[in-house]
Amino acid sequence: MKSLAQLKVWRGAPPEEGHYEQYEVPFESGNSVLDGLRYIRSHFDRTLALRFACINANACKECMVMVDGKTVYGCTTRLEAREMRIEPLRNKDWIRDVVSEIGPPDERLPEV
Amino acid sequence: MRNLETDVLVVGAGGAGMYAAVEAARLGSRVILADRGLIGRSGATVMAQMTVAAAMGEPADDSVEAHLADTLKAGRGLCEPDLSRLLCEEGLECVREMDTWGVGWARAEGHLTPVMAPGHDRPRCVYVDFLNTGPAVSRTLRTQVIRSPLVQRVGDLCITDLVVHEGRCAGAVGVHLPTGEAVTIVAGAVVLACGGLTRLYARNSASSNMGGDAYALALRAGAPLIDMEFVQFFPIGHLAPRMIGMDPIMWDPFRYKLGGRLLNGLKEEFTHRYGTEDGGRYTITRDQATYAIYKEVEAGRGSPHGGAWLSFEHLPAEQLRAAFGPVVDRLAKNGIDLAKTPIEVAPIAHYHMGGVAVDTRMATAVPGLFVGGEAVGGANGANRLSGNAITEAFAFGRRAGASAAEAVTALAASAVADPAASAARIEQVRAQAQRLIEATLTPGTLPAEANTAAAIDELQVIMSRKVGPFRTEAGLREGLEGVRALAQRFHAAPSFAPGAFDPVWLDWFDLRNMTLVAETVAVAALERTESRGAHQREDHPGLDPDWTLHLESRLAGPTDAVALVQSQVNPQIALARVPVNAGAAA
Ligand code: FES
Repeated sequence: MKSLAQLKVWRGAPPEEGHYEQYEVPFESGNSVLDGLRYIRSHFDRTLALRFACINANACKECMVMVDGKTVYGCTTRLEAREMRIEPLRNKDWIRDVVSEIGPPDERLPEV
Repeated sequence: MRNLETDVLVVGAGGAGMYAAVEAARLGSRVILADRGLIGRSGATVMAQMTVAAAMGEPADDSVEAHLADTLKAGRGLCEPDLSRLLCEEGLECVREMDTWGVGWARAEGHLTPVMAPGHDRPRCVYVDFLNTGPAVSRTLRTQVIRSPLVQRVGDLCITDLVVHEGRCAGAVGVHLPTGEAVTIVAGAVVLACGGLTRLYARNSASSNMGGDAYALALRAGAPLIDMEFVQFFPIGHLAPRMIGMDPIMWDPFRYKLGGRLLNGLKEEFTHRYGTEDGGRYTITRDQATYAIYKEVEAGRGSPHGGAWLSFEHLPAEQLRAAFGPVVDRLAKNGIDLAKTPIEVAPIAHYHMGGVAVDTRMATAVPGLFVGGEAVGGANGANRLSGNAITEAFAFGRRAGASAAEAVTALAASAVADPAASAARIEQVRAQAQRLIEATLTPGTLPAEANTAAAIDELQVIMSRKVGPFRTEAGLREGLEGVRALAQRFHAAPSFAPGAFDPVWLDWFDLRNMTLVAETVAVAALERTESRGAHQREDHPGLDPDWTLHLESRLAGPTDAVALVQSQVNPQIALARVPVNAGAAA
């Protein structure tokens, strides 16, 4: 049985201010917010920037986003049949769409 | 453009890459450890929850020879014995070294508690409780990396091509993902440790970074690959309901231990229909289980998501609790109660036996280019023994790091002898690298409506349907056509310059590598007209002793990097047959 989630996703990149875009994503019970965002990329808009590596294992810790104002892992948060607001992390530098700079400072490309 | 310079560049910061970096630094080399994701969190190692095979010899007797014999047997005649020996021997040393670094291998009453795994003649597999092997291994290695002042860690750096200067690998180019900026790295030696190719398949057990980058980078640099037709599928990977934070291959030991029942969509036992009487012992081999599930699904008797049911419902809740321990609670969080409901399982792409051809120094055919971990071909032949993947990540990573450091030392000696020539060389390499990355990032003519994310999904479906565990000539030809058509459709680069964390460009780089590697797998699978280990041809059943040889793949035509980037046609693969080297270790 498929349900529909209304994903309100933060889009844009600095120096823009950013804005929300709304997507209707079909899902099965158990599907994650990350699944929903990947669905958007394959079906509606390939330019949505995301970051994740392990998809399932909750091992890479790359998929952190804010859902309805709370910091969560996109891959462990389930989709629900309602509006869900997805934004980049508030306390990190914003890079693009829902991606923020999460690499530890001493593991980034050195400034030359 | 950012320009970096180092002694050793390690591409990939999983188990093999981190071990390589630590070892090269220990031998005095300056190292850049680069990863397209986060250091120590990318790749397969961190996701592995199961076990590590090593002949530790405690509490019961064991030997490298016995481990080697099991490894060779599993490989069905195609192991390179010298590499398999290295895996067992140096892997053992590394498992001991990891112990001294505090990884925390499970112990009871003062000794290790190795477990039995399929294909081993005795309990040989160490682990970290509970289902914590990969994370513990990654954390331990990451600590060692951080303690190595000569290692510079650079995450979010996607390496797109190697630089070959005067026949020698002399660095790499890539894109810094957070900014979309071009990066060049001049290096004395390069270690490729960025894993396997399981992402080519729709259902897989690994991370989205495992799209065969190492194979594609090596091919384009002129280094041949071997055994690319041998993709290992794990028969009862988790399929449904959606389960998070668990290794999808976790059901295997429980099925062995408790006797989980495999049922088709009609909730009937079915494995006996395929000549594999399970006899209530639930020990049919992996390839038999994979075959039986495939055939049931094909006959329309699959479970709702296209696999089989795995049921523990016949067991009392207390027994499940005793066997699964705290895992029961993690399952409950995923809404899974094994006492009440079965789960769905299906064969999933798990590991790649094939890889870059190397000698026991992990040196490829291209001087200055070394390989570690799953990216190495040959040690596991046609089928990998369970528990050997992390062992090989350690052994081959460490060896590759040592060999790279050695190559750099030789280079440094000539630099001391002629500093002017050395400085000139670095300038030449950098200029060449800059030309390459500029050519790579030049916007192309990819139509705006071409969805790169959907194309990756499409490739995964083609590979799963046509180049999966059971193959036919007709299916492989269709698969190959599909892969080539897709590669051609997405040949031209995106029509805009890469931006910050540009998902379209990242997909495009992935498609470029994935279609090339998919083609290599399909071409080799078509050529090998027998069935052996993980390569099963329904139109050529049975192992043919005349096929006890490797298929070596290399790029046909020009391998000049800039010419390849600018070429309007897909690169082609040329195959050669090379004998298995029954070397001194056999
Ligand atoms: S995708 Fe890896 S932790 Fe969420």
